[in-house]
Amino acid sequence: MSYVPDNFKYVESHEWIEVLDNGNVRIGITEHAQNALGDIVFVELPEEDTYAIGDECGVVESVKTASDIYTPLTGTVVAVNDALEDAPELINENPYDDGWIFEMSIDDANELKDLMTAEEYRNSIEDEE
Amino acid sequence: MKKTHLHQAHLDAGAKMVDFGGWDMPINYGSQIEEHHAVRQDKGMFDVSHMTIVDLVGPESEKFLLKILANDVRKLGDGKALYSTMLNESGGIIDDLITYKRADNNYRIVVNAGTREKDLAWFEKQINAFDASITERPKVAMLAVQGPHAIEACLEVLPSDISKKLASLKKFSCLDETDYFIGRTGYTGEDGVEILVPQELVIELWNKLLQADVKPCGLGARDTLRLEAGMHLYGQDMNEEITPLECGLGWTVRKEDFNFIGADALSTQRDKGITKKMIGVVLGERGILRHNQELVDENGLTGIITSGSFSPSAQVAIGMAIVDKNMGENVKVKIRKKELNVKCIKLPFVRNGKVLI
Repeated sequence: MSYVPDNFKYVESHEWIEVLDNGNVRIGITEHAQNALGDIVFVELPEEDTYAIGDECGVVESVKTASDIYTPLTGTVVAVNDALEDAPELINENPYDDGWIFEMSIDDANELKDLMTAEEYRNSIEDEE
Repeated sequence: MKKTHLHQAHLDAGAKMVDFGGWDMPINYGSQIEEHHAVRQDKGMFDVSHMTIVDLVGPESEKFLLKILANDVRKLGDGKALYSTMLNESGGIIDDLITYKRADNNYRIVVNAGTREKDLAWFEKQINAFDASITERPKVAMLAVQGPHAIEACLEVLPSDISKKLASLKKFSCLDETDYFIGRTGYTGEDGVEILVPQELVIELWNKLLQADVKPCGLGARDTLRLEAGMHLYGQDMNEEITPLECGLGWTVRKEDFNFIGADALSTQRDKGITKKMIGVVLGERGILRHNQELVDENGLTGIITSGSFSPSAQVAIGMAIVDKNMGENVKVKIRKKELNVKCIKLPFVRNGKVLI
Protein backbone atom coordinates (compact mmCIF):
# COMPACT_ATOMS: atom_id res chain seq x y z
CA MET A 1 0.00 0.00 0.00
CA SER A 2 1.35 3.41 -0.95
CA TYR A 3 2.14 5.89 1.80
CA VAL A 4 -0.60 8.50 2.30
CA PRO A 5 0.27 11.15 4.94
CA ASP A 6 -2.55 11.75 7.44
CA ASN A 7 -2.17 15.52 7.58
CA PHE A 8 -2.69 16.17 3.84
CA LYS A 9 -5.87 16.40 1.76
CA TYR A 10 -6.40 14.64 -1.57
CA VAL A 11 -8.36 14.68 -4.80
CA GLU A 12 -9.39 11.84 -7.13
CA SER A 13 -6.90 12.93 -9.76
CA HIS A 14 -4.15 11.94 -7.29
CA GLU A 15 -2.91 15.36 -6.21
CA TRP A 16 -2.15 15.96 -2.53
CA ILE A 17 -2.81 19.31 -0.83
CA GLU A 18 -0.93 20.56 2.19
CA VAL A 19 -2.30 23.65 3.97
CA LEU A 20 0.64 25.87 4.90
CA ASP A 21 0.83 28.13 7.98
CA ASN A 22 0.16 31.25 5.90
CA GLY A 23 -3.08 29.79 4.51
CA ASN A 24 -1.63 29.01 1.10
CA VAL A 25 -1.65 25.43 -0.15
CA ARG A 26 1.17 23.32 -1.53
CA ILE A 27 0.34 20.69 -4.15
CA GLY A 28 2.01 17.63 -5.58
CA ILE A 29 1.10 14.15 -6.78
CA THR A 30 0.77 11.15 -4.47
CA GLU A 31 3.10 8.25 -4.07
CA HIS A 32 0.46 6.08 -5.67
CA ALA A 33 0.40 8.39 -8.72
CA GLN A 34 4.18 8.55 -9.16
CA ASN A 35 4.37 4.81 -8.79
CA ALA A 36 1.77 4.30 -11.50
CA LEU A 37 3.61 6.70 -13.82
CA GLY A 38 7.06 5.18 -13.36
CA ASP A 39 10.31 7.09 -13.91
CA ILE A 40 9.40 10.77 -14.26
CA VAL A 41 11.52 12.60 -16.82
CA PHE A 42 9.79 15.94 -17.43
CA VAL A 43 7.50 18.34 -15.58
CA GLU A 44 5.73 21.23 -17.23
CA LEU A 45 5.18 23.55 -14.28
CA PRO A 46 2.05 25.73 -13.96
CA GLU A 47 2.14 29.36 -15.07
CA GLU A 48 1.75 31.82 -12.22
CA ASP A 49 -1.87 32.64 -13.03
CA THR A 50 -5.41 32.23 -11.69
CA TYR A 51 -7.21 28.90 -11.95
CA ALA A 52 -10.56 27.29 -11.14
CA ILE A 53 -11.05 23.85 -9.60
CA GLY A 54 -10.16 21.12 -12.07
CA ASP A 55 -8.22 23.31 -14.53
CA GLU A 56 -5.30 21.66 -16.28
CA CYS A 57 -2.30 23.61 -15.10
CA GLY A 58 0.70 21.44 -15.90
CA VAL A 59 1.94 18.04 -16.98
CA VAL A 60 4.04 15.31 -15.41
CA GLU A 61 5.66 12.99 -17.96
CA SER A 62 7.26 9.66 -17.26
CA VAL A 63 9.15 7.59 -19.79
CA LYS A 64 5.90 5.74 -20.31
CA THR A 65 3.23 8.41 -20.46
CA ALA A 66 2.07 11.98 -19.86
CA SER A 67 -0.33 12.88 -17.06
CA ASP A 68 -2.04 16.24 -16.60
CA ILE A 69 -1.89 18.08 -13.30
CA TYR A 70 -5.13 19.74 -12.19
CA THR A 71 -5.68 22.57 -9.74
CA PRO A 72 -7.65 21.11 -6.85
CA LEU A 73 -8.85 24.51 -5.60
CA THR A 74 -9.75 27.94 -6.95
CA GLY A 75 -7.00 30.51 -6.64
CA THR A 76 -3.70 31.83 -7.92
CA VAL A 77 -0.46 29.94 -8.42
CA VAL A 78 2.13 31.88 -6.41
CA ALA A 79 5.14 29.57 -6.53
CA VAL A 80 6.41 26.57 -8.49
CA ASN A 81 9.13 24.05 -7.64
CA ASP A 82 11.86 25.07 -10.10
CA ALA A 83 14.08 22.23 -8.88
CA LEU A 84 11.87 19.85 -10.86
CA GLU A 85 13.09 21.36 -14.13
CA ASP A 86 16.48 19.75 -13.71
CA ALA A 87 15.48 16.95 -11.36
CA PRO A 88 11.99 15.69 -12.21
CA GLU A 89 12.87 12.42 -10.51
CA LEU A 90 12.38 14.20 -7.16
CA ILE A 91 8.70 13.37 -7.61
CA ASN A 92 9.54 9.66 -7.67
CA GLU A 93 11.97 9.91 -4.79
CA ASN A 94 10.04 12.14 -2.44
CA PRO A 95 6.55 12.92 -3.74
CA TYR A 96 5.30 14.60 -0.55
CA ASP A 97 8.32 16.76 0.16
CA ASP A 98 11.08 17.71 -2.33
CA GLY A 99 8.77 16.60 -5.12
CA TRP A 100 6.11 19.26 -4.49
CA ILE A 101 4.97 20.95 -7.69
CA PHE A 102 3.31 24.31 -6.96
CA GLU A 103 1.74 26.58 -4.33
CA MET A 104 -1.53 28.48 -4.58
CA SER A 105 -3.17 31.24 -2.63
CA ILE A 106 -6.77 30.10 -2.45
CA ASP A 107 -9.91 32.20 -2.93
CA ASP A 108 -12.25 30.26 -0.68
CA ALA A 109 -11.07 28.22 2.30
CA ASN A 110 -14.48 26.49 2.37
CA GLU A 111 -13.42 24.51 -0.68
CA LEU A 112 -10.96 22.65 1.52
CA LYS A 113 -13.88 20.84 3.16
CA ASP A 114 -14.74 19.11 -0.11
CA LEU A 115 -11.30 17.50 -0.45
CA MET A 116 -10.72 13.88 0.51
CA THR A 117 -9.14 12.98 3.81
CA ALA A 118 -6.17 10.62 3.89
CA GLU A 119 -8.45 7.77 4.85
CA GLU A 120 -10.89 8.50 2.05
CA TYR A 121 -8.05 8.64 -0.45
CA ARG A 122 -6.59 5.37 0.84
CA ASN A 123 -9.94 3.70 0.30
CA SER A 124 -10.23 5.16 -3.18
CA ILE A 125 -6.92 3.68 -4.35
CA GLU A 126 -7.27 0.39 -2.53
CA ASP A 127 -8.70 -1.43 -5.54
CA GLU A 128 -5.90 -0.25 -7.79
CA GLU A 129 -3.09 -1.49 -5.56
CA MET B 1 -5.61 -12.68 -19.17
CA LYS B 2 -2.96 -14.91 -20.71
CA LYS B 3 0.17 -15.61 -18.69
CA THR B 4 3.60 -16.80 -19.75
CA HIS B 5 5.31 -19.67 -17.96
CA LEU B 6 7.42 -17.08 -16.10
CA HIS B 7 4.47 -15.15 -14.67
CA GLN B 8 5.18 -16.09 -11.05
CA ALA B 9 8.91 -15.45 -11.56
CA HIS B 10 8.05 -11.90 -12.63
CA LEU B 11 5.93 -11.31 -9.55
CA ASP B 12 8.71 -12.74 -7.38
CA ALA B 13 11.14 -10.28 -9.00
CA GLY B 14 8.86 -7.38 -8.07
CA ALA B 15 7.35 -6.77 -11.49
CA LYS B 16 4.64 -4.27 -12.14
CA MET B 17 2.33 -6.05 -14.57
CA VAL B 18 0.24 -4.58 -17.38
CA ASP B 19 -2.17 -5.87 -19.99
CA PHE B 20 -0.16 -6.17 -23.19
CA GLY B 21 -2.42 -7.39 -25.98
CA GLY B 22 -4.26 -9.73 -23.65
CA TRP B 23 -1.09 -10.92 -21.88
CA ASP B 24 -0.29 -10.05 -18.28
CA MET B 25 3.30 -8.88 -18.78
CA PRO B 26 5.93 -6.97 -16.76
CA ILE B 27 6.21 -3.28 -17.70
CA ASN B 28 9.07 -2.83 -15.23
CA TYR B 29 10.53 -4.27 -12.04
CA GLY B 30 10.91 -0.91 -10.31
CA SER B 31 12.76 1.46 -12.61
CA GLN B 32 12.46 1.29 -16.37
CA ILE B 33 15.45 3.62 -16.73
CA GLU B 34 17.74 1.41 -14.64
CA GLU B 35 16.68 -1.59 -16.71
CA HIS B 36 17.41 0.36 -19.89
CA HIS B 37 20.92 1.25 -18.69
CA ALA B 38 21.57 -2.34 -17.62
CA VAL B 39 21.05 -3.50 -21.19
CA ARG B 40 23.07 -0.68 -22.75
CA GLN B 41 25.98 -1.06 -20.35
CA ASP B 42 25.88 -4.63 -19.07
CA LYS B 43 23.12 -7.23 -19.45
CA GLY B 44 19.41 -7.66 -19.04
CA MET B 45 16.72 -10.20 -19.90
CA PHE B 46 13.19 -9.96 -21.20
CA ASP B 47 10.51 -12.60 -21.16
CA VAL B 48 9.11 -12.45 -24.67
CA SER B 49 7.26 -15.74 -24.52
CA HIS B 50 4.08 -13.92 -25.52
CA MET B 51 5.44 -13.65 -29.05
CA THR B 52 4.07 -16.11 -31.57
CA ILE B 53 6.43 -18.83 -32.76
CA VAL B 54 5.54 -20.95 -35.78
CA ASP B 55 7.42 -23.68 -37.61
CA LEU B 56 7.13 -24.08 -41.36
CA VAL B 57 8.05 -27.33 -43.13
CA GLY B 58 7.33 -29.05 -46.43
CA PRO B 59 8.90 -29.11 -49.90
CA GLU B 60 7.43 -25.77 -50.95
CA SER B 61 8.24 -23.85 -47.77
CA GLU B 62 10.76 -21.60 -49.50
CA LYS B 63 8.34 -20.90 -52.34
CA PHE B 64 5.66 -20.01 -49.80
CA LEU B 65 7.96 -17.56 -48.03
CA LEU B 66 8.96 -15.98 -51.33
CA LYS B 67 5.27 -15.35 -51.91
CA ILE B 68 4.35 -13.90 -48.51
CA LEU B 69 7.54 -12.05 -47.55
CA ALA B 70 8.94 -8.92 -49.19
CA ASN B 71 12.51 -9.91 -48.33
CA ASP B 72 14.39 -12.76 -49.98
CA VAL B 73 14.71 -15.97 -47.96
CA ARG B 74 16.96 -17.42 -50.66
CA LYS B 75 19.72 -15.24 -49.18
CA LEU B 76 19.62 -17.38 -46.07
CA GLY B 77 22.12 -20.12 -45.42
CA ASP B 78 21.18 -22.78 -42.87
CA GLY B 79 21.14 -21.30 -39.39
CA LYS B 80 20.64 -17.71 -40.56
CA ALA B 81 17.98 -15.17 -39.63
CA LEU B 82 16.18 -12.64 -41.83
CA TYR B 83 14.03 -9.63 -40.94
CA SER B 84 11.12 -9.01 -43.29
CA THR B 85 7.75 -7.42 -43.68
CA MET B 86 4.69 -9.35 -44.79
CA LEU B 87 2.44 -7.28 -47.03
CA ASN B 88 -1.17 -7.27 -48.15
CA GLU B 89 -2.12 -6.84 -51.82
CA SER B 90 -1.99 -3.04 -51.44
CA GLY B 91 1.57 -3.15 -50.13
CA GLY B 92 0.46 -2.33 -46.58
CA ILE B 93 2.33 -4.06 -43.78
CA ILE B 94 0.44 -6.94 -42.12
CA ASP B 95 3.34 -7.57 -39.77
CA ASP B 96 7.12 -7.58 -39.47
CA LEU B 97 8.79 -10.81 -38.51
CA ILE B 98 12.00 -12.78 -38.16
CA THR B 99 12.52 -15.96 -40.16
CA TYR B 100 15.23 -18.42 -39.15
CA LYS B 101 16.29 -21.00 -41.73
CA ARG B 102 16.90 -24.30 -39.95
CA ALA B 103 17.51 -26.37 -43.10
CA ASP B 104 16.21 -26.47 -46.67
CA ASN B 105 12.45 -25.98 -46.53
CA ASN B 106 12.49 -25.89 -42.74
CA TYR B 107 11.98 -22.53 -41.09
CA ARG B 108 11.08 -21.05 -37.71
CA ILE B 109 9.20 -17.75 -37.78
CA VAL B 110 8.59 -15.33 -34.90
CA VAL B 111 5.74 -12.85 -35.30
CA ASN B 112 4.28 -10.21 -33.01
CA ALA B 113 1.92 -11.20 -30.20
CA GLY B 114 -0.50 -8.40 -31.01
CA THR B 115 -0.96 -9.59 -34.59
CA ARG B 116 -1.10 -13.33 -33.88
CA GLU B 117 -4.66 -14.00 -35.05
CA LYS B 118 -4.47 -12.08 -38.31
CA ASP B 119 -0.99 -13.44 -39.10
CA LEU B 120 -2.05 -17.04 -38.55
CA ALA B 121 -5.19 -16.46 -40.62
CA TRP B 122 -3.07 -14.96 -43.41
CA PHE B 123 -0.63 -17.90 -43.30
CA GLU B 124 -3.56 -20.34 -43.47
CA LYS B 125 -5.11 -18.52 -46.40
CA GLN B 126 -1.91 -18.29 -48.43
CA ILE B 127 -0.42 -21.69 -47.66
CA ASN B 128 -3.22 -23.63 -49.38
CA ALA B 129 -1.54 -23.18 -52.75
CA PHE B 130 1.72 -24.70 -51.49
CA ASP B 131 2.92 -28.10 -50.35
CA ALA B 132 3.97 -26.86 -46.92
CA SER B 133 2.51 -26.72 -43.44
CA ILE B 134 2.62 -24.32 -40.50
CA THR B 135 2.52 -25.34 -36.84
CA GLU B 136 2.31 -22.91 -33.94
CA ARG B 137 4.58 -23.60 -30.95
CA PRO B 138 2.71 -22.15 -27.98
CA LYS B 139 4.71 -24.24 -25.49
CA VAL B 140 8.04 -22.79 -26.50
CA ALA B 141 9.16 -20.00 -24.17
CA MET B 142 11.39 -17.18 -25.35
CA LEU B 143 13.91 -15.13 -23.39
CA ALA B 144 15.83 -12.23 -24.89
CA VAL B 145 19.17 -11.77 -23.11
CA GLN B 146 20.68 -8.52 -24.32
CA GLY B 147 23.61 -6.23 -23.61
CA PRO B 148 27.38 -6.08 -24.13
CA HIS B 149 27.90 -8.77 -21.46
CA ALA B 150 24.78 -10.82 -22.20
CA ILE B 151 26.46 -13.61 -24.11
CA GLU B 152 29.12 -14.08 -21.41
CA ALA B 153 26.35 -14.67 -18.89
CA CYS B 154 24.64 -17.16 -21.20
CA LEU B 155 27.91 -19.06 -21.71
CA GLU B 156 28.13 -19.35 -17.94
CA VAL B 157 24.66 -20.78 -17.35
CA LEU B 158 23.84 -22.87 -20.42
CA PRO B 159 24.76 -26.59 -20.62
CA SER B 160 28.41 -26.89 -21.64
CA ASP B 161 27.78 -28.46 -25.07
CA ILE B 162 25.42 -25.58 -25.93
CA SER B 163 27.83 -22.97 -24.55
CA LYS B 164 30.66 -24.26 -26.70
CA LYS B 165 28.60 -23.76 -29.81
CA LEU B 166 27.17 -20.44 -28.68
CA ALA B 167 30.68 -19.06 -28.18
CA SER B 168 31.23 -19.08 -31.94
CA LEU B 169 27.70 -18.13 -33.04
CA LYS B 170 27.75 -15.22 -35.47
CA LYS B 171 25.40 -12.25 -35.47
CA PHE B 172 22.03 -12.90 -37.09
CA SER B 173 22.65 -16.64 -36.93
CA CYS B 174 20.97 -19.32 -34.88
CA LEU B 175 21.97 -22.42 -33.01
CA ASP B 176 19.46 -25.23 -33.43
CA GLU B 177 19.95 -27.93 -30.82
CA THR B 178 17.54 -30.25 -29.02
CA ASP B 179 15.71 -28.10 -26.46
CA TYR B 180 17.78 -24.98 -27.22
CA PHE B 181 17.11 -22.76 -30.19
CA ILE B 182 19.27 -19.66 -29.84
CA GLY B 183 19.35 -16.74 -32.25
CA ARG B 184 22.01 -14.04 -31.98
CA THR B 185 19.28 -11.52 -32.62
CA GLY B 186 17.40 -8.95 -30.61
CA TYR B 187 15.41 -5.76 -30.44
CA THR B 188 17.66 -3.46 -28.41
CA GLY B 189 20.56 -2.38 -30.63
CA GLU B 190 22.94 -4.30 -28.40
CA ASP B 191 24.60 -7.66 -28.83
CA GLY B 192 22.75 -10.57 -27.32
CA VAL B 193 20.64 -13.61 -27.96
CA GLU B 194 17.06 -14.74 -28.06
CA ILE B 195 16.73 -18.16 -26.46
CA LEU B 196 13.81 -20.42 -27.29
CA VAL B 197 13.33 -23.41 -25.00
CA PRO B 198 10.49 -25.77 -24.08
CA GLN B 199 8.58 -23.94 -21.37
CA GLU B 200 9.46 -26.62 -18.77
CA LEU B 201 13.06 -25.44 -18.97
CA VAL B 202 12.53 -21.70 -18.86
CA ILE B 203 12.11 -21.15 -15.12
CA GLU B 204 15.41 -22.85 -14.34
CA LEU B 205 17.10 -20.85 -17.11
CA TRP B 206 15.61 -17.60 -15.77
CA ASN B 207 16.82 -18.39 -12.25
CA LYS B 208 20.34 -19.22 -13.42
CA LEU B 209 20.50 -15.99 -15.40
CA LEU B 210 19.31 -14.10 -12.32
CA GLN B 211 22.14 -15.68 -10.34
CA ALA B 212 24.54 -14.58 -13.08
CA ASP B 213 23.41 -10.97 -12.41
CA VAL B 214 21.31 -10.60 -15.52
CA LYS B 215 18.77 -7.90 -14.70
CA PRO B 216 15.10 -8.64 -15.38
CA CYS B 217 13.78 -5.96 -17.73
CA GLY B 218 10.22 -5.12 -18.63
CA LEU B 219 8.43 -4.09 -21.77
CA GLY B 220 8.98 -0.42 -20.86
CA ALA B 221 12.75 -0.70 -21.23
CA ARG B 222 12.30 -2.88 -24.30
CA ASP B 223 10.44 0.00 -25.93
CA THR B 224 12.98 2.75 -25.15
CA LEU B 225 15.86 0.45 -26.18
CA ARG B 226 14.34 -0.40 -29.55
CA LEU B 227 13.37 3.24 -30.13
CA GLU B 228 16.94 4.42 -29.51
CA ALA B 229 18.08 1.68 -31.88
CA GLY B 230 15.68 3.01 -34.53
CA MET B 231 13.82 -0.29 -34.71
CA HIS B 232 10.21 -0.22 -35.81
CA LEU B 233 7.29 -1.22 -33.60
CA TYR B 234 4.35 -2.74 -35.41
CA GLY B 235 1.13 -0.77 -34.93
CA GLN B 236 3.01 2.47 -34.30
CA ASP B 237 5.78 2.89 -36.88
CA MET B 238 4.02 0.76 -39.47
CA ASN B 239 0.59 -0.67 -40.16
CA GLU B 240 -1.57 -1.88 -43.02
CA GLU B 241 -1.94 1.66 -44.40
CA ILE B 242 1.82 2.17 -44.84
CA THR B 243 4.17 0.40 -47.24
CA PRO B 244 7.76 -0.47 -46.32
CA LEU B 245 8.94 2.11 -48.87
CA GLU B 246 7.30 4.90 -46.87
CA CYS B 247 8.58 4.00 -43.42
CA GLY B 248 12.28 3.39 -43.82
CA LEU B 249 12.05 -0.33 -44.53
CA GLY B 250 12.87 -0.20 -48.24
CA TRP B 251 16.12 -2.01 -47.44
CA THR B 252 14.14 -5.11 -46.47
CA VAL B 253 12.34 -5.30 -49.83
CA ARG B 254 14.01 -7.58 -52.37
CA LYS B 255 14.88 -6.39 -55.84
CA GLU B 256 14.88 -9.65 -57.81
CA ASP B 257 11.79 -11.74 -58.51
CA PHE B 258 9.49 -8.96 -57.58
CA ASN B 259 6.47 -11.22 -57.34
CA PHE B 260 5.60 -11.40 -53.64
CA ILE B 261 2.19 -10.34 -52.41
CA GLY B 262 2.13 -6.53 -52.49
CA ALA B 263 4.93 -6.22 -55.05
CA ASP B 264 2.67 -4.77 -57.74
CA ALA B 265 1.44 -2.10 -55.37
CA LEU B 266 5.02 -1.20 -54.45
CA SER B 267 5.96 -0.95 -58.15
CA THR B 268 3.04 1.38 -58.78
CA GLN B 269 4.01 3.44 -55.77
CA ARG B 270 7.60 3.69 -57.00
CA ASP B 271 6.44 4.75 -60.46
CA LYS B 272 4.28 7.49 -59.03
CA GLY B 273 7.00 8.55 -56.62
CA ILE B 274 7.31 7.82 -52.91
CA THR B 275 5.97 10.80 -50.96
CA LYS B 276 6.97 9.92 -47.40
CA LYS B 277 10.05 8.88 -45.50
CA MET B 278 11.02 7.79 -42.00
CA ILE B 279 13.41 9.99 -40.02
CA GLY B 280 14.59 10.40 -36.46
CA VAL B 281 13.79 13.56 -34.53
CA VAL B 282 15.45 14.97 -31.42
CA LEU B 283 13.70 17.59 -29.34
CA GLY B 284 15.89 20.66 -28.99
CA GLU B 285 14.03 21.94 -25.94
CA ARG B 286 12.59 20.58 -22.73
CA GLY B 287 9.65 18.22 -23.15
CA ILE B 288 8.85 14.73 -24.38
CA LEU B 289 8.03 13.54 -27.88
CA ARG B 290 5.08 11.16 -28.18
CA HIS B 291 3.26 9.02 -30.72
CA ASN B 292 0.94 11.09 -32.95
CA GLN B 293 2.43 14.54 -32.33
CA GLU B 294 2.50 16.63 -35.51
CA LEU B 295 5.58 18.02 -37.21
CA VAL B 296 5.67 20.98 -39.59
CA ASP B 297 8.59 22.60 -41.42
CA GLU B 298 9.20 26.17 -42.63
CA ASN B 299 7.36 25.47 -45.91
CA GLY B 300 4.33 23.91 -44.27
CA LEU B 301 5.32 20.33 -45.09
CA THR B 302 4.11 17.98 -42.40
CA GLY B 303 4.83 14.72 -40.68
CA ILE B 304 3.80 12.69 -37.69
CA ILE B 305 5.74 11.16 -34.83
CA THR B 306 5.11 7.43 -34.86
CA SER B 307 7.10 6.57 -31.71
CA GLY B 308 8.41 9.02 -29.15
CA SER B 309 9.82 8.93 -25.66
CA PHE B 310 12.59 10.11 -23.42
CA SER B 311 15.91 8.55 -24.35
CA PRO B 312 17.62 7.36 -21.16
CA SER B 313 20.93 7.01 -23.03
CA ALA B 314 20.94 10.45 -24.70
CA GLN B 315 18.96 12.19 -21.92
CA VAL B 316 16.74 13.99 -24.43
CA ALA B 317 13.38 13.34 -26.03
CA ILE B 318 13.61 11.37 -29.29
CA GLY B 319 11.16 10.09 -31.84
CA MET B 320 10.75 8.22 -35.07
CA ALA B 321 8.60 10.09 -37.56
CA ILE B 322 7.03 9.56 -40.97
CA VAL B 323 7.33 12.86 -42.81
CA ASP B 324 6.98 14.40 -46.26
CA LYS B 325 9.87 13.24 -48.44
CA ASN B 326 10.91 16.88 -48.97
CA MET B 327 10.75 17.91 -45.32
CA GLY B 328 13.18 20.76 -44.64
CA GLU B 329 15.66 21.40 -41.87
CA ASN B 330 13.68 23.77 -39.69
CA VAL B 331 11.06 21.54 -38.17
CA LYS B 332 8.75 22.18 -35.25
CA VAL B 333 6.67 19.77 -33.23
CA LYS B 334 3.30 20.66 -31.75
CA ILE B 335 3.16 19.67 -28.10
CA ARG B 336 -0.07 20.77 -26.45
CA LYS B 337 -0.21 24.55 -27.02
CA LYS B 338 3.45 24.99 -27.89
CA GLU B 339 5.56 24.60 -31.02
CA LEU B 340 9.06 23.42 -30.17
CA ASN B 341 12.14 22.94 -32.38
CA VAL B 342 13.27 19.47 -33.34
CA LYS B 343 16.42 18.34 -35.07
CA CYS B 344 16.00 15.80 -37.88
CA ILE B 345 18.53 12.98 -37.98
CA LYS B 346 19.19 9.69 -39.68
CA LEU B 347 18.28 6.66 -37.56
CA PRO B 348 19.42 5.16 -35.23
CA PHE B 349 20.00 7.29 -32.14
CA VAL B 350 22.11 4.71 -30.29
CA ARG B 351 23.91 1.57 -31.42
CA ASN B 352 26.12 -0.81 -29.46
CA GLY B 353 26.17 1.42 -26.41
CA LYS B 354 27.16 4.57 -28.30
CA VAL B 355 24.96 7.65 -28.53
CA LEU B 356 25.09 8.84 -32.15
CA ILE B 357 23.21 12.13 -31.86
